[in-house]
Amino acid sequence: MRSKDYDSAMCLAVPMKVISIDDDRATCVIGDVERKVRLSLLPEVHVGEYVIVHAGYAIQILDEKEAQETLQLFADLQADIGETG
Amino acid sequence: MRFLREFRDPQAAEVLVRRIRKVADSLGEISFMEVCGTHTMSIYRNGIRHLLPSNIRILSGPGCPVCVTPNAFLDRAIALARLPGVTIATFGDMMRVPGSTSSLEREQARGCDIRVVYSPIDALYIAAQEQLRRIVFLGVGFETTAPALAATLLEAKRNEVGNFLILSAAKVIPPAMQALLKDGPLQLSGFLCPGHVSTIIGSRPYEPLVKEYGIPCVIAGFEPLDILYGILKLLEQVSEHRAVVEIAYRRAVRPEGNPKAKRVLKEVFIECDTQWRGIGTIEGSGLALPSTLEAYDAFLIEVEVEPTFEIPDCICGLVLSGQRTPFECGLFAKECTPETPQGACMVSAEGTCAAAYRYGRIEEE
Repeated sequence: MRSKDYDSAMCLAVPMKVISIDDDRATCVIGDVERKVRLSLLPEVHVGEYVIVHAGYAIQILDEKEAQETLQLFADLQADIGETG
Repeated sequence: MRFLREFRDPQAAEVLVRRIRKVADSLGEISFMEVCGTHTMSIYRNGIRHLLPSNIRILSGPGCPVCVTPNAFLDRAIALARLPGVTIATFGDMMRVPGSTSSLEREQARGCDIRVVYSPIDALYIAAQEQLRRIVFLGVGFETTAPALAATLLEAKRNEVGNFLILSAAKVIPPAMQALLKDGPLQLSGFLCPGHVSTIIGSRPYEPLVKEYGIPCVIAGFEPLDILYGILKLLEQVSEHRAVVEIAYRRAVRPEGNPKAKRVLKEVFIECDTQWRGIGTIEGSGLALPSTLEAYDAFLIEVEVEPTFEIPDCICGLVLSGQRTPFECGLFAKECTPETPQGACMVSAEGTCAAAYRYGRIEEE
């Protein structure tokens, strides 16, 4: 670690869970990190949903159904390869 | 579902790699390009190049906004920082980027008021608290970041915070991709399109690339499985002689993008021509403030900016346009390290040279 590590890589965008909402602001968590996040770039967001957070704003709601489908697709590929060797 | 761990499963990665090898087997030399700093970093960190068959090359393009910001912008920011009564607020990545003769970090050590913030909102808070100073936020970023800039400016306007200004170097990525195809000497077989830019713009802005140049475009996420899956989708298109825009990051990207963020962008910014380090000026690739918002435009603060100087041996420009790898630069890991960066690509954690320095040297040896 450098002595002066500006660890705020600006492009970083991370999935965080919304734990509370107050008007256009939410409290979001990932691991032990809690952040206040603006919701003004999104339509309705609900507590419990995951959002992608970037530069203090939630920029997209993560779609759990789509995520499951992608993971299922990976599982199918695995089964496929298992059968055909 | 936590949306991270599930997409890092080594077993699933192995399956994807086997699929990739199978499809690649029947193909010749293939070069894909990614245009996103987070892809650059993730590909190095996860050793993805190492997993791919030898006929598949992944090039890093102009995907790091800090890196493509030209010296002239930095020189202007430094000149503003030296003005009495001006505070510069910036993402941390910009601090150590060398300008023509100085850097923000050096100016801060000399006593200029330069503050690292996580969000433009933090800069707005500073402005509201310190009303006698002008707070200039360095608006560096692509479509992922630009909506945050725009929304913060609208909040400043709503709350009548008159001493908050933006020095915009915001850029949009599809015109740069087009410029690389149009003028570049690269023989690209596909673009791995940036996942988080695409959460905002959606999949449609890539359609003209597919139509005009017949180049496959696949939007990918950032976890190891996301990237491997994106590469697999690109290879499938190549082997089937197809070229379409595909979303391989469906949990975060919809075809229409984020309509509300797009509206906010449109409300605040206008398109302009802008300069990219390593590529030159690209028509319609910049986001500027219109005259109706000139009160917030830090470009209108009068200041004398020093003449631009570039280090002659630094090949950041060629690295950014995918024509050279960091390992082909004479300064890399010698004069130029993250401690003593000579060019922008070594500064930002997402710069190609910084990622190659940190994770890639074992691969190369």
